[in-house]
Amino acid sequence: MNQPVSDMIKIAVASGKGGTGKTFISTNIFYTLLRYNYSTILVDCDAEAPNAVAFFETKETSKNEVTQHVPVINTEICTFCGKCHEYCNYNAIFILPPMKIINVIEDLCHDCGACSVACKVGAITEKPVSLGQVTTYSLKGVPSIIEARINVGVMSPVPVIKAAIKQIDNQSDIAILDSPPGTSCPFVQTAAASDYVVLVTEPTPFGLSDLKQSVETLRTIKKPFGVIINRAGLGNDRVFEYLTREKIPLLLEIPFNKEIAVLYSNGKLISESNEIFSQQLFSVYKNITDNHGNSSNQRQRGNR
Amino acid sequence: MEIAVISGKGGTGKSSISAAFATLNTEVILADCDVDAANLYLLFNPSSEEEEIYTAGHKAVIDYSKCTSCQICSDYCRFDAISVQNDKVIISELSCDGCFLCSRVCPENAIEMVPNNKSRMYSGSFRNGKMVYGRLAPGEENSGKLVNMVRSRAKSVSEETGIEIIILDGPPGIGCPVISTITGVDKVVIVTEPTISGLHDMQRALEIVKKFAIIPSVIINKADLNTSMTDQIKKWCEESGVKVNGELPFDAKVVEAMISGESIIEHDPDLAISKGILKIWNKVFYQDNFQ
Repeated sequence: MNQPVSDMIKIAVASGKGGTGKTFISTNIFYTLLRYNYSTILVDCDAEAPNAVAFFETKETSKNEVTQHVPVINTEICTFCGKCHEYCNYNAIFILPPMKIINVIEDLCHDCGACSVACKVGAITEKPVSLGQVTTYSLKGVPSIIEARINVGVMSPVPVIKAAIKQIDNQSDIAILDSPPGTSCPFVQTAAASDYVVLVTEPTPFGLSDLKQSVETLRTIKKPFGVIINRAGLGNDRVFEYLTREKIPLLLEIPFNKEIAVLYSNGKLISESNEIFSQQLFSVYKNITDNHGNSSNQRQRGNR
Repeated sequence: MEIAVISGKGGTGKSSISAAFATLNTEVILADCDVDAANLYLLFNPSSEEEEIYTAGHKAVIDYSKCTSCQICSDYCRFDAISVQNDKVIISELSCDGCFLCSRVCPENAIEMVPNNKSRMYSGSFRNGKMVYGRLAPGEENSGKLVNMVRSRAKSVSEETGIEIIILDGPPGIGCPVISTITGVDKVVIVTEPTISGLHDMQRALEIVKKFAIIPSVIINKADLNTSMTDQIKKWCEESGVKVNGELPFDAKVVEAMISGESIIEHDPDLAISKGILKIWNKVFYQDNFQ
């Protein structure tokens, strides 16, 4: 029987600061859940720098081109009235009426369609251009990883991230979303599509400052979240004090360990060889589902 | 002279290395272009001499006293930002791209475009020169325009003060804010680390730099954490004709320095990493990087 839509839980793994261990956490949680026989999919939403696939032996099963539309202006019909230029809020249409010059700067176009609406003489048509790809990979024959990847030179990763998230389409019970870094649009799009956000930070001043910004953003969009502190022992206690003060759940503390760093740098999954770590990540998952449920949040919750 | 420090992958040490570059000897202008997660002000506590509002686009807001629920706006919106619930038209602030089209097609003039003006740009002084940094309000679109604003302010400060060297601490990734950071700069330094992700993301960053007439150079940070991966990166760079300007060791003192609000150079100039950074700076600075 098909699972009802609301039964899937989407967990985003995110951080304001780059390099705190988002991909490290998301690949290992994903691997752990697979080992516990949970139907899980990993979505690499870091479309500018996708890396998750490198940690697994995968086979590409499908690749979809993500496109946007850009205007094409027929200068034989165009009256150089300037209306499209006026409607374009992204300065993507350059016009010099006296010289009868009109150009589209495709890199600046957001595919909003305003110019097509503005043009009253039918001089504008639209053509698709590629922004990137959404690729599905299978692990042991099961489609398991969805990767968003923008073409080099594309300005915004957001359309490709949205396309990757759309592709999840309830094909598993759990989706782990490896979020792009930062606290702006690409992160918000990923977080907004999720039921719960795991923020990964490190106990340094830079890590804390960026964590605070992420927390502010998640509170604004009202997403439940918890924090994993990676490389504990390296910095100071400020981040722990902050979590206590703000009553933010600390989901897990991972001590700084050179061995882990070396294994990871070689593209190895720590949860493959380290049973304790694997169990810890599983408890993080259980903790999230027991306390928060999924987006509908209507189900009977266990242990309460 | 503008020198941009970027990486592709986050957390490789861009900001720590930019901070070290900024505290070597000569006065510099330090521009924090990672407006999404600006951090350098934490180390340098700059004075705030000027503050400017940055308008990060607009959001559509419905005036329900005028809205007739005709839904024309939702037919035109290409960002799936307008939905109808119980005959009420609702605009999702998160999905709205600020294109103005709904406000233009609304027959009742019921949609107002409200500017997002919570983002700021600051400029001031720090102990080794001037500093410019932007702070994007959380959740706003990082379009690179704020980066452009930071850079043009840094340039005018350079003209006013005669300080010639501008160090740009770049954002991670390869999207718009990175493109804005490296467009037209004199030199680009890519900081990587010996991990699979570090290598991949460095390659993506190099691809974007290739689109400009600048020859980048690479620094391998934390090189001793995985020497075989470091060798792999060096080999790849050699085969691809990319110059590696040096390797820096992993040193937990970098975090100590950060906690005491100093660059690693200020914290302890005698460390191997500090000496390494000085050597790299001299190579970067005196090298002819143009194609």
